[in-house]
Amino acid sequence: MLEVTDLRTYFHTRAGIVRAVDGVSFSVEKGQTIGIVGESGCGKSVTCYSLLGLIPTPPGRIEGGRAMLGEEDLLSASEATMRKIRGKRISMIFQDPMTSLNPYLRISTQLIEPLLIHERMEKKTALHRAIEALEEVGIPDASERIRSYPHEFSGGMRQRVMIAMALITKPEILIADEPTTALDVTVQKQILDLIKTRQQTLGTAVIFITHDLAVVSNVCDHVYVMYAGKVVESAPTTDLFSAPEHPYTRALQRSIPAIQEKGEPLYTIEGLPPDLTKPMDGCHFAPRCEFATEECQTVAPTLQSAGEHHETSCTRRQRGEIDLIH
Amino acid sequence: MTDPVINPSGKLLLRPEDIEQGTSLWKDAWHRLRKNRMAVASLIILILITVLSIFGPMVMPYEYQDQNQGLGATPPLQAGAHLFGTDELGRDLLTRTLHGGRVSLGVGLIATLTALIIGVTYGAVSGYLGGRTDVVMMRIVDILYAIPFTIFVIVLMSVFDRDIKLLFLAIGAVEWLTMARIVRAQVLSLSKQEFVEAALSLGLHRVTIIFRYLIPNVLGPVIVYTTLTIPAVMLFESILSFLGLGVQAPMSSWGSLIKDGSEKMDVYPWLLLFPAMFFSATLFCLNFLGDGLRDALDPKSSKD
Repeated sequence: MLEVTDLRTYFHTRAGIVRAVDGVSFSVEKGQTIGIVGESGCGKSVTCYSLLGLIPTPPGRIEGGRAMLGEEDLLSASEATMRKIRGKRISMIFQDPMTSLNPYLRISTQLIEPLLIHERMEKKTALHRAIEALEEVGIPDASERIRSYPHEFSGGMRQRVMIAMALITKPEILIADEPTTALDVTVQKQILDLIKTRQQTLGTAVIFITHDLAVVSNVCDHVYVMYAGKVVESAPTTDLFSAPEHPYTRALQRSIPAIQEKGEPLYTIEGLPPDLTKPMDGCHFAPRCEFATEECQTVAPTLQSAGEHHETSCTRRQRGEIDLIH
Repeated sequence: MTDPVINPSGKLLLRPEDIEQGTSLWKDAWHRLRKNRMAVASLIILILITVLSIFGPMVMPYEYQDQNQGLGATPPLQAGAHLFGTDELGRDLLTRTLHGGRVSLGVGLIATLTALIIGVTYGAVSGYLGGRTDVVMMRIVDILYAIPFTIFVIVLMSVFDRDIKLLFLAIGAVEWLTMARIVRAQVLSLSKQEFVEAALSLGLHRVTIIFRYLIPNVLGPVIVYTTLTIPAVMLFESILSFLGLGVQAPMSSWGSLIKDGSEKMDVYPWLLLFPAMFFSATLFCLNFLGDGLRDALDPKSSKD
């Protein structure tokens, strides 16, 4: 349904060109959930902002690639076309529910906004629909609560409101940009479940952006692991966890505290992600990779098949030189 | 109209028609403002002063320019119907004070409104668009800041006919600069907030975002600055009058009356006292009303 090919988004800053997203490809099918995982600054958010045409230009610029939503290329569509797509065919929910609602407007006013714009609904009808939408995301007393202001809701409740707002037009795709990062662990689970059930009811495809592998294992069908602006591994969720095909994926998994024995120091990945303003010849992960060789530093890797629906960009793994499972 | 719905905790809910229509920011603010006694009292006093200034001079037995040389300066309640006494030319001080209110309130209102409309729109656009547009727009403000205001008004007054309405606009045309800077700074930080991105991601137009999402959020500081601007503007009018650019004798304004009165305060104290009373009462009320409005417009400040 959505097919992204070779997306490249660069930021032209004074320090040089930042290749925030450098040749990313992925696809989403109807009703599917994909995850985009990676550290802060690896380009996962920029990828999704590019799809919605929300990259601040300048300094940002989409340098190439295509993102076909049906017949429409999102990357070359006009602003007017994009306004019709945003909130109608693709919606987004954000990381921090405390700041993603306008504190000066009642929930009702904000909830009906997409209906008034995209469906040209009557205000009265829209309000009834909005109350339904709040009930659907599990807000008790919806007809009463719809008149509240955002500050009268808790963080988890606000995220529910955001979800109701994003899904009120029954979009084809929902982009969830770290929707649970700012929430309590107990609430996280509820929100994830809510997104899952709403998705099943509406048949919406979900793009989950997260740095939390636990979230990925919970909700995603397919995962793309990003590092320094590139996809390094793409795999069905179960395969990714049972048989990672890239040293970076394995390192991420080993950094999850829960897996560690008590008393044992937690595994961390040495070093920092590379400076994206400097062009690199070889594998971007090579400087931090325990398996890196001379060749890894100089020859650019490509994504290649490593099983069914499974791709890795690790050259050594492709040749079977290293074993990542043991 | 039905009474507003109040729930057991005393919280104001909405009237049935609001529930169907959704309410505007201003309707809500009005409900909250009505509960602030100081603000309501201030509003009533301001309306009273305004009404007195507009209609008072019409019903007074004296005209503001009528002189009574034989009377000279008389203290209040000493002669005839001169409630506030007369000045040294025998002109009735009450009539002159009320007449002065027309000019002062007029300049305060029109100049501040001009400053408000230009400043808020300019600042919001500059801050929201950012980048090069912002740089150019703000450098223009810097350049305008550098022009000495008095000279600007003198030039304006001599190029065009000396019209009091033009004076009002001229003051407003200069006062908007600071307003634009305040709003721009606020919008700059606000536009990085997620709710603006969320609004964009819902398909809202940028113009809608400026007027529905950004400007309401900067109203707090704007109102506070406005209540500071009004007295500044009124005082400025008196300076211009002194320079012969504003209101000319025998016409009066509070600023010019206070200036004249302060020169003779040791001999004829009432000439200072009465205009100053009106002037400061107005400023007090404006401040209370401004505070009340700021609280009323912020949904979070409601204590109900």
